Formats: sequence, C-alpha cells, structure tokens
Amino acid sequence: MIQEFCDWLANTPLSLKIQTIMWIIPAVQTAHILCVALVMSSMAMLDLRLMQVAGTRQPVSRMIDRFVPWIWCVVPILLTTGTILIIGEPSRELLNPYFRTKMVLLVTVLVITFVIQRKSSRDAAYWDTRKIASILLGALSLLLWVGIVTAGRWIAYY
Amino acid sequence: MGIQQLFAWLENTSVAAAIRQSTWMFPTIETVHVLATVMVVGSVTMLDLRLLNVAYRDRSIRELHEEILPWTWASFLVAAIAGSLLFSSSATKYYHNFTFRMKMLFLLLVALNAAFFELRTYPRVANSDRETPIPLAAKIAGAVGLLLWIGVVAFGRWTGFTK
Repeated sequence: MIQEFCDWLANTPLSLKIQTIMWIIPAVQTAHILCVALVMSSMAMLDLRLMQVAGTRQPVSRMIDRFVPWIWCVVPILLTTGTILIIGEPSRELLNPYFRTKMVLLVTVLVITFVIQRKSSRDAAYWDTRKIASILLGALSLLLWVGIVTAGRWIAYY
Repeated sequence: MGIQQLFAWLENTSVAAAIRQSTWMFPTIETVHVLATVMVVGSVTMLDLRLLNVAYRDRSIRELHEEILPWTWASFLVAAIAGSLLFSSSATKYYHNFTFRMKMLFLLLVALNAAFFELRTYPRVANSDRETPIPLAAKIAGAVGLLLWIGVVAFGRWTGFTK
C-alpha cells in the first residue's frame, strides 16, 4: 500500500516538477542541513548541560529557556523541507528503513524534550535537584539526535 | 612533486583505497563529518546571531564567545579530519570538482572573516555587556560569517551530487 502511495505521489505534478528541476533537491537538502545544525547544536548544548558536562555555572532551567524554544521554531521548517524531499523522491524515503528509524527516533526525542521543558517550566529547580535523571535523559537525548543525523545520512545508502 | 601528483599519491595510499573500496567506510566517515559540521555551523551561528543582536541578547558577547567557541573548534577538528579522509578516497576527482573548490574557497573566506573579527573587532566588543549597542563591524562580521557558512554547506552538499 505504501508502495502504491509512493507511485501515486511520484506522478503528481508537484513531484514531477521537483524531479525535473535539478537544483531543487540539493537546495532543499542544504536548507534542511542548516536547520539540523541549529537544532543539533542547541540540543547538544542543553544535553551536555543536563549531563553536567558543560555550562554548569548556570541552572538547567536557564539553558532550557535559551535553547528549547529554538527547536519548536526550527523543527516545523525541518518537517516542511523534509516533506518537499519526500514529495520529490517518495520511494527513496518512505520505503527506506533508515528513514523510518529516523522518524521513530525523532518522535521519541521530541516527546522527551517536551517533558524536559514542561517539568522545568512548572518547577525551575526540577532538573537541578534530580541529577541522575537529568544525566540519563541528557545522554539519551544526545544519543537520539546523533542517531537521527546518522539515520538521515544513511537514507542515501539504502 | 606537483599538487596533482601529491593527490594521486594520496589516493593510492592504503587508507584511501580502503575507504574507496569499502561499502560502509565512506558513509560512516561521512556521517561523522556531517555530525561535526552541524555542530560547527550551529554553534558558530549562535555567536553570529548574538553579534547581529537577534538571539541570546541576555548574554554578553564574551560569555558566549568563551562558552561556545571551544566546542566549535573541537567539532571543526573532527570535521576536518573526517573530511580529509573522504577527500583522500577520490583526491584527484575532488581536486578537479568545481563545487568542492568553491567549498574550499568559502572555507578560506570564513577563516579570513573569523581572523579579522578575532584580531580587530572582538577586543573592542568583548567587554560590552548585554545593554551595550553592538558596533557595525561586529554586526558585519556576524552577517558575513552566516552567509559564508551557508555557502560552505551548500557547496558541500552539492559536491555529493556531482560526479
């Protein structure tokens, strides 16, 4: 069924347009990577803080307020550019196990990020007083983001 | 030895041949290169946006500079090593590749912009706190840096689409 959807999508006028104009895919990929750079570096800074590795001079809540709002702005741009890439090459993405893995990792990390932000907004000292949980969640989040970038790059090699 | 012969030699080293012939080595090193690159570009963008007065306005430039740039440099080192390994696998091909040459040119311009900022502009703005207006030279350095990095990433990505 997904195969049929891909075939249908690949024959829509929009997809055909993306397929025929050579520069669209590299340009959209470039925009996608630049957005990944913003999200990845912001989240790495926060995760390293949660792991007590960097920025320990400041409370966790300040780092959350500084970095997390960014990702809620940039992730929608990532979803948009990602959707354009899917419309252009549906089978390359939707039938690809690396792409599917990437999506599962992405949803997981977004849920974790939402929880981290929510707990902190209700109680600013929440993560400062729960060091073990903070270290584990920071490490998990960082690992998930590394996994997302890795799976994303490997889509091209399936 | 001319540069062409140097790259021909590089391409024939056992490391380069191994990367070229293996199915998994190139994508794996490339993944490391991408991860390190997004950290370089993302972290330096934070500083550039601060210089443009767009983001992190509650922090002084010195604070951000001291906190962020060590991570930028560490990531750059990783990106450069991984990138050199990728380059070695098809050195002569990349040497003749237009988009790859443009990427190197943009990296050179990035370095010049950064060196000028560090030597001339940063000493003047380092002690400015969050209330101080940012001088034009610092704003220009931030804007130029952002645009040049976009160029580096664009030409880097484009290189992957060329033969």
